[in-house]
Amino acid sequence: MKYVDEFRDGDKARQIAELIQSEVRPDHQYRLMEFCGGHTHAIFRFGLVDLMPENIQFIHGPGCPVCVLPAGRIEAVIKLLENSDNLILCTYADLMRVPAGKRDSLHKAKARGADIRMIYSSTDALNIARNNPGQQVFFFAIGFETTTPPTAAAIKIAHHEKLKNFSVFCNHVETPPAMAHILSSGETQLDGILGPSHVSTIIGSHAYAECCKQYSTPFVIAGFEPLDILQSTLMLVRQINEGRFEVENQYCRAVKTDGNKKAQTLMSEIFEQRPLFEWRGLGELANSAIQIKNRFSDFDAEKRFAMEHIEVADIKGCICPAVLRGVSNPDECKLFGTVCTPEDPKGACMVSSEGACAAYYSYGRYRTEVEVVNS
Amino acid sequence: MCLAIPAKIESLDALASTAIVNLNNIRKEVSTLLLDEVTVGDYVLVHVGYALERIDPVEAARTLAMFDDMQALGDTE
Amino acid sequence: MSRLDLKNGVIEIIHGSGGRASSQLIEELFIPHFDNELLRQGNDATAFDIPAGRMVITTDAHVVSPLFFPGGDIGSLSVHGTINDVAMSGAKPLYLSASIILEEGFPLADLEKIVISMANASRTANVPIITGDTKVVERGKGDGAFISTSGIGIVPEGINISGDLAQPGDLILLSGFIGDHGVAILSSREGLEFSTAIKSDSAALHELVSEMVQTVPDIHCLRDPTRGGLATTLNELARQSKVGIQIYEHTIPVRAEVKGACELLGLDPLYIANEGKLVCICPKKSAENLLNIMQQHPLGKEAAIIGQVTEDKQQLVVMKTTFGGQRVVDWLAGEQLPRIC
Ligand code: SF4
Repeated sequence: MKYVDEFRDGDKARQIAELIQSEVRPDHQYRLMEFCGGHTHAIFRFGLVDLMPENIQFIHGPGCPVCVLPAGRIEAVIKLLENSDNLILCTYADLMRVPAGKRDSLHKAKARGADIRMIYSSTDALNIARNNPGQQVFFFAIGFETTTPPTAAAIKIAHHEKLKNFSVFCNHVETPPAMAHILSSGETQLDGILGPSHVSTIIGSHAYAECCKQYSTPFVIAGFEPLDILQSTLMLVRQINEGRFEVENQYCRAVKTDGNKKAQTLMSEIFEQRPLFEWRGLGELANSAIQIKNRFSDFDAEKRFAMEHIEVADIKGCICPAVLRGVSNPDECKLFGTVCTPEDPKGACMVSSEGACAAYYSYGRYRTEVEVVNS
Repeated sequence: MCLAIPAKIESLDALASTAIVNLNNIRKEVSTLLLDEVTVGDYVLVHVGYALERIDPVEAARTLAMFDDMQALGDTE
Repeated sequence: MSRLDLKNGVIEIIHGSGGRASSQLIEELFIPHFDNELLRQGNDATAFDIPAGRMVITTDAHVVSPLFFPGGDIGSLSVHGTINDVAMSGAKPLYLSASIILEEGFPLADLEKIVISMANASRTANVPIITGDTKVVERGKGDGAFISTSGIGIVPEGINISGDLAQPGDLILLSGFIGDHGVAILSSREGLEFSTAIKSDSAALHELVSEMVQTVPDIHCLRDPTRGGLATTLNELARQSKVGIQIYEHTIPVRAEVKGACELLGLDPLYIANEGKLVCICPKKSAENLLNIMQQHPLGKEAAIIGQVTEDKQQLVVMKTTFGGQRVVDWLAGEQLPRIC
C-alpha cells in the first residue's frame, strides 16, 4: 500500500528511536500527550512504547469521538427509538456497543427490535432515506472535524433533494477547544502535544496556533503511521530541548496550514457554533461543538423529534473521565481487565478500538503481565 | 476518529462528484465533493466514503527522505 | 398437480406442511439433485453399514447474508462447513444430513441454485447427503433460507487429534491465505459494496487432511479458523491445551486485497472468517515434512509455518509484528464491524 507501507518500516523506526534516545536529556521527564485515539491505537499496535527511552511518557488524550460522547445522548436515542414505530436509526458501527444507561446499548436496543442500520458513510443514510419514503431516517452523527464535512454534505444533498424523511442528530465536536481546556486546567502537566492528523487535514495546522502560544506548549501535527509518530516525537523533543513552542507540521503530505477550504466552506454553510456542549470527561465546554443552522432545521433531529435530555451516571468505579483528561492511566481503574473488558465494556474507552482502555487491554497486556511475572 | 487511508483515484465522474479509488485492487466509490481539484492518478485520503484531501507526493517524498537522513545520522552514532 | 414452477414460483407455506406439496418439492427438486442410493430408500431414517473404528459426528447451522456471494453460496458453504468439522478430527467423512428452513415467498429459482450447489459440493467431495428435511416459516420469520447440516465420519486407526493436545515446542502450520471468505462476504454486503476479485475460499478440506494424517499420524491439533478468524482459533487451542502461542506476522499469508479491504474498513485480517483453511499443530520434528505434503495439495499450496506453542500460564497468543514489536492477539470481542475511528 503506497503511502502506508513506507511509513511502517521497522528498521527505520529503530533508527529514529535511537536518535530520540540520543537527544533526550536524561534529567528531564518528557510528558507528551497524543491527542488522538488514532495515535494511541498506533502506539500500542506497533509497540512504540518499547522503542522509547524511559523518560518519554505518552499521555493519552480525549481524541476519540465515541469516548467523549456523553452516554445520555445515546440513551436519549434509545428512548426515542422505543417510542416511535417508523424510525430507522443509521449509525456508524463504532457506537453500537457503547454503554448507555442501565447496561443498555444500541446493540441491545437492536436486539429488542429497534430498526438500526450500521452504515459506512453518510451517503448510505441518504440512500436508506430515499429507499424508505414511508419512514423517518435518523442519522446519529458523531465525530471530530474529520467526519463533519461528510455530514454537512449529506444535509446539503438532502436539502437539495427536499428529502422529507431525513434528519441528523448532530454530535460533532471541535478539537481545539478541548485541547485548550486540557491545557488550561493544568490538571496534568504536559510538555508537548502530538496534534491530530486527519482532523488537521480539514482545519489546517494553524488551528492550534493560538492554543500553542497561549499555553507556551509545543505542538507537532503528526501522521498516524508509526514512523510519523516517531518523527513527530523527535520534533517535540527538539522543541522542548530548545525551549521553543510552535506548531510544526510533520504530516505535511496531507495537512496544509489552512486546511481544506472547500470542506470548511461547506461546514460553515450548514453548521454554526453551539454555545455549550457536554464532553464526557471534560464537562460542558463553551463553543466546542456545532449545531445545524436554522436554515436547515428541517434536517435537525433535535428539532424534528422531542428528544429528552438524559443524564447517565458512569458505572461505579469507571474512571473514563480521568482517563480522557490524561489524568489517569487505564490500568489505574479497578475495573480494568476484570469487570471491564472489550467483551463486556463498562465504559466507552473500552469499546472503541481508539479508546485508551481498549488499546491498553488488547495490545498492552503483554507488557503489564510480563512485568507482573518479573516482579 | 479518523480512520482514513490513502487510495489512488482510478476514474472520476465529475457530474456526480464521485471517484472510483483503488487500494490494493479493492475498488470503492467515494465522494469527491470535498475536493476542488482531483485528477486520475492522485492519491486521496478516504474517510467514511469521502476523499478528504490529496496526498502531496512531493511532501511525502520529502518526509521519507528525512527518515533516510535520520538513518544516516543514526548510523554514524 | 402441475410441476413446480422453478422459474417464477416461490415457496409457499404448503411446501412445508407435510402434504402433497412438500413431497412434490422433495421429489422434483431435492431428490434429482442429491440423488444417491441411500437417499433413494425414501425413509425418514436412512440405514447404512458402519465400518469399524471410532466414529465422529458433528452438526452445524448455516446462516449467511447475502445467501449468494463471490465464490459460493449458503448451499456449498453448508456442505463444506460440516465436512471440514468432521475432517478436523482427522476422520474421513462418510455421510451428511441436511435440513433446510425456508421463508415463505423464497424464489424457487434461488432454492434450485442452492440445491444444485449443495449437490455439486457433496458430489465433488464424495460425501453424499443421505437424509434431509425441509420446513417453511411465515414471511418475515426467516431470512430466506437457513441450512443445518450434520455429518459423520470414521477416524482412521492410530489417529488422535484434539484441541487439547498441543505441547510446548510444537509448531503451528496454516494451510493458506487468511481472510478471503470474510472479505468476499463484506464486499457484497448492502451499503459496503466494494469491488474486488477476492472470492470466498469455501472448500472441503478432508482430502488434504487425509494426506496429512497419512504422512504424519502424530498431528496433535487440527482446526478450521472460521468465524472469529485465525486469532480466535489460536486462542481456543491455547486455552484448550493450556499453553501459550507465539506467531510471527510476516509468515502469515494474507492477500494484498484482503489487507487493503481491512485497512479501508478498520478490520484486522486475523479476525476475518475463512471457510477453506486449517490450522495444524504438530511435533516440531514432523513439521517440515507436513508442510511439504500440504504444499503439494491444491488447497495447501500457500501453507506456511506460522509459529510455535509455548509454555505460558496466561495462555496468551502473542504475535511478533512485521514492524518488530510484540503484541497480544486477543479473542474477538463482539463482532468485527467496519469502523470509522
Ligand atoms: S477500564 Fe473500563 S471501567 Fe475502567 S475507565 Fe476504562 S472503560 Fe471505564
